[in-house]
Amino acid sequence: MNAPQPLHPGVNLDVTDRKSHEKASEVIFGFWIFLMSDLVLFAALFATYAAMSTQGIAQGPAPSEVFDLGSAFIETLLLLLSSFTFGFAILAMKYSTSRLRLLAWLGVTAVLGAAFVAFELHDYYVMIVNNDAWPQTSGFLSAYYLLTGTHAVHVSAGILWMIVLAVQVMTLGTNPLVKLRLLRLALFWHMLDIVWVGIFTFVYLFGVAA
Amino acid sequence: MSWETIFGQLGWDSLVFTGAIKHPSASEFVAFGAGSIVVLGAVAVVVLLTAMRWWGPLWRDWLTSVDHKKIGIMYIVIALVMFLRALIEAGVMRSQQLAAYDSAGYLSADHFGQLFTTHGTIMIFFVAMPFITGLMNYVMPLQIGARDVSFPLLNAISLMLTAAGAGLIMVSLVVGEFSTGGWSGYPPFTGIEFSPGEGVDYWIWSVTLASIGSTLTGLNFAVTLYKKRCPGMDMFRMPLFCWTTLCTSILMIFAMAPLTVATIMLALDRYLGFHFFTNGDGGNMMNFANLFWLFGHPEVYILLLPALGVWSEVVSTFVGKRIYGYTSLVYATMCIAVLSFGVWLHHFFTMGQSANVNAIFGIATMIIGIPTGVKVYDWILTMYRGRIRITTPMLFHINFLLTFVLGGMTGILLANPTVDFQVHNSLFLIAHFHNMIIPGVLFGMFAAVQYWFPKAFGFRLHEGWGKAAFWSLAPGFLLAFFPLYWLGMNGAPRRTVMWSDPAFYPWLALAMLGAVLLLVGTVFLLVQIGVSIRQRRQLAVPLGDPWDGRSLEWSIPSPPPAWNFAVVPQVGGRDAFTEAKKNGLAYRSPAAYSDIEMPCNSMVAPLIGIFTFTLAFALVWHIWWLAVLSFIVVWGVVIARSFVSQTHEIIPASRVEAENEAFLAAARATPGVTRDLEMSPENRGKAAPDRLEQAGQKRPDDVLESAI
Amino acid sequence: MKGMITWALIVTALSLPALAHAAGPAEAQVYSAGFIDAAGPVAAAQFEHFKTIILLMLIVVVPIFVLVPWVLWRYRRGGRGAYRPDWDFNWGNEAVLWGVPIVLIIILSSALWAHTHKYDPYRPLGNDPLDIEVISLDWKFLFIYPQQGIATLDYLALEQGRPVRLKLTSGTVMQSFMIPQLAGQIYTMAGMTTQLNLMADREGEYLGRNTQYNGDGFATQSFRTTVMPASQFDRWVQDTRQSAQALDLATYGALLKPSVEHAPRYYGTVENGLFDRVLASFTGGHAHAGKTAPQASQPREHYHLQNHAKGAEQ
Repeated sequence: MNAPQPLHPGVNLDVTDRKSHEKASEVIFGFWIFLMSDLVLFAALFATYAAMSTQGIAQGPAPSEVFDLGSAFIETLLLLLSSFTFGFAILAMKYSTSRLRLLAWLGVTAVLGAAFVAFELHDYYVMIVNNDAWPQTSGFLSAYYLLTGTHAVHVSAGILWMIVLAVQVMTLGTNPLVKLRLLRLALFWHMLDIVWVGIFTFVYLFGVAA
Repeated sequence: MSWETIFGQLGWDSLVFTGAIKHPSASEFVAFGAGSIVVLGAVAVVVLLTAMRWWGPLWRDWLTSVDHKKIGIMYIVIALVMFLRALIEAGVMRSQQLAAYDSAGYLSADHFGQLFTTHGTIMIFFVAMPFITGLMNYVMPLQIGARDVSFPLLNAISLMLTAAGAGLIMVSLVVGEFSTGGWSGYPPFTGIEFSPGEGVDYWIWSVTLASIGSTLTGLNFAVTLYKKRCPGMDMFRMPLFCWTTLCTSILMIFAMAPLTVATIMLALDRYLGFHFFTNGDGGNMMNFANLFWLFGHPEVYILLLPALGVWSEVVSTFVGKRIYGYTSLVYATMCIAVLSFGVWLHHFFTMGQSANVNAIFGIATMIIGIPTGVKVYDWILTMYRGRIRITTPMLFHINFLLTFVLGGMTGILLANPTVDFQVHNSLFLIAHFHNMIIPGVLFGMFAAVQYWFPKAFGFRLHEGWGKAAFWSLAPGFLLAFFPLYWLGMNGAPRRTVMWSDPAFYPWLALAMLGAVLLLVGTVFLLVQIGVSIRQRRQLAVPLGDPWDGRSLEWSIPSPPPAWNFAVVPQVGGRDAFTEAKKNGLAYRSPAAYSDIEMPCNSMVAPLIGIFTFTLAFALVWHIWWLAVLSFIVVWGVVIARSFVSQTHEIIPASRVEAENEAFLAAARATPGVTRDLEMSPENRGKAAPDRLEQAGQKRPDDVLESAI
Repeated sequence: MKGMITWALIVTALSLPALAHAAGPAEAQVYSAGFIDAAGPVAAAQFEHFKTIILLMLIVVVPIFVLVPWVLWRYRRGGRGAYRPDWDFNWGNEAVLWGVPIVLIIILSSALWAHTHKYDPYRPLGNDPLDIEVISLDWKFLFIYPQQGIATLDYLALEQGRPVRLKLTSGTVMQSFMIPQLAGQIYTMAGMTTQLNLMADREGEYLGRNTQYNGDGFATQSFRTTVMPASQFDRWVQDTRQSAQALDLATYGALLKPSVEHAPRYYGTVENGLFDRVLASFTGGHAHAGKTAPQASQPREHYHLQNHAKGAEQ
């Protein structure tokens, strides 16, 4: 009849996999809604952080004393790059006939994500050792650790999800179910990227500037 | 390998029974009794299931089901069981307050503190939320012509998370103690410094489980309403109950997250010494109030909106008329939903904000009264020029119209900071919100059960017992709560275990009488169910339309088949079934049948329920190995499920055709009944066009009506 | 029917002991009458506002009570009303249904705005206020009179007709301070101050209390407020100065322990800046605990209430 239209925001499979494309609409829409609820969660964490980074410092260190902008910048690059590589993974899923490309790009993304988490954990370690900046030190630090920690937990969950899907790609192949899962993981990963941009701006840049 | 490594903080003293043995008192005996009821109840259930050999069917047909209808019924069962507990708790509190004039009464202050906390927590999270969720689960897909919700397995998981939370709260009657911080759990009182021990942790984890379940439900329903409406059902052709479900779902998606954040922060403070809400070290208790009520206010609209949807359906059906002002009602519902996010501060006007801030939120609060008032008048206008039948649901509705508006008035009073400074935290406040929730939400849910029970089970409920229940519940509510308005205006605070003002006494006695009537009315509802089951043959309405219903759910058999509709319907307007009946298109055989793909049962949901329960229990009692293990199992189950490829089964068209044709043949062959015979055994669930006996007589037109 | 009689008997039986008490001799008890029996301009204004709102809201409420019975009777199935099953909209009705509440809310909103500002607890009620510092504890209230150099526990003496400016904080958890016959309530929170301005224009004894649940002793956390003419108040201050009890850091530390008080206490001398020290004990951090007032950091046990003696209780 006529060419299929994109059914949802994001990469659509209309051209290459009609069957998956038709199943996608409801499932991807549901996932966007889930992301919205997750964003509300982050919004509450951001709001709490905003209040506590000014009022909750108590006797502990101030933001400018503990934040390492250089490290945060590297983390930003790692995560942005990982979103970029995930994009390639999805393109491979959509257009490529070999699964190897998809798995390779997924692998690179997971490694970059893991590097991100490792840098973040290292940051925490440095803060604790150098500034005695534990989450139990002050309200500001509690809020900082919860906001960034929740983000890091989400990223880690995303990496785990990536591993599980890689196994599924290898065992079940890229059937419609697996493709739709990859599309959702992509959305999840990019959302975490956006949240990180928020963190980098409002936590690190603002914190150091104050 | 010490005791603490294996059992955490659990000890023999944790059992409620040791309290009564070691330091006996009336209060301890009451606690002993409550714990015993839980244990004996559980034993009784196990014995019953074993004796009747119901374990297999329970697991196969119910616990592993992902059918929205079964899930809806299970939610409502949870709600009714928990309602009995919380209602008894209210009665115990009432009787303690009556006994405690100038003496300590029979309950210890700590026990009383736990009672009002569990009463509130259970009523909101484990009665009202499951009740509305179960109702929306059952009815909404049927009303939009869908076969199920968009994510059936997620639906079952939401149910099991709620069940896990309810289980945790029930276990707290036997093992350990509960929080005394109220259902709103304000720190620093609920922080580790002032409430050491497991009580607040029980509260945190049961509430968190329930709130995650509700978030997922909201998501599920919203997607269903956007994506699964049958052909021809535009948004503005949906029944109003679906509109309120949609707005409720959107509220759930956005409102539960702040609660989860607040409880997790409190948990971090308690478990790991963080400083979100502590006194000092940069903690700020005001953040908790803001986060909690950012959830809490939309929450009460989450509870209310489905009930308002029920009223629209009930009125329209039992008046035999299109709902008045459909579009107005839709926009009013949307206004209420949106505005509900802008008023949370009115729960703490007294926390020291500036007059400007207080005044802005006060005005915003009053503005929500506008769409709510419009709805009330729209229902009255629906009854106007209709043909009103006073059935049990209508009795509840009429009671709602009269009492809810009084509660609304006290809401406007409370919205004014000047007045709120006087009556905040007093019995006036208690009376106000019970005035909204009982005639609004609770009676709405009772009415919904009376209305949709025949659809779910194939037989009506006994009308006499229904009316008896109403005539006990309605005055019971008035007696139990209106005296509290007066007491609040006289300075009586809430959450207080004893009194010494003699002037309060007669009012408290009246309130006790009201509580008794509410309990009696509830018992009547249970009797009604029992009697109806016994008389189910006379009450049977297998043809599915006992009330001459207007929307799609009345066009299918009672109980509906698993796939709801043999062929997905096509609608051309609102009140689709009424139009079909009017145009002689009802009960026509479809042109063709096709295979139907339905999701299979799955043990994922009950497994997640069990292991989130153990996770929460382990967190409460600091049994770390169990917490870690449970967490791994829960996610392991989720991951394992994703490797299952056979998640759907095909129901052959031949089977669908056979069942549906049998139903249609029976429907066509049975003569319908007019509304005169609505409550008689002749009503088999088929409606005839309604006529009054004096059909030929010309009715005098009202002058007033001719003028409009 | 039999069930109803049984229940009635149970309720009566439960009521008897209390009714017996109610007939007992009156003692020096203070009971709260709420803002219905206002003894100060703020509470009186609050009650006036309350009544005004109810009157205005009757515009919306009364029609419902008139229309519902009328509609039910006329349009019952078998009644005289005409049946128009497809009549479902009318622009005139919509204009009234939306319009009247909107106008009503506009009127109520302007009243709300004006009153909220006029009776803002932070707004001073006049010059030369009587300054009192309030520290809420478990389960009692400490009142410090900085101008007079005295303090009291669970007793508030006020000068009739003179504006009172309360500065409040908490030594423990969040509480809510209120003397209903004089003014509304305000929360007290550790490490922060809130303010409450009130005035009493009638001599007498009134009940004040905490309304925010804070544990086992909450129900009886109330105190007597005595309003007396200026000369009598000055005499009371002189008498209190004679009291041997002193309110210093040590005494305060003892007061921090959770306890139910049965009788008021009077302190003839007060340590300078105690209120600020209490505040600083939360904002100063643990490192400075030695220099500031002690915090309530000991674990709390359940305080089993037995019979409590008579006193200003609720």
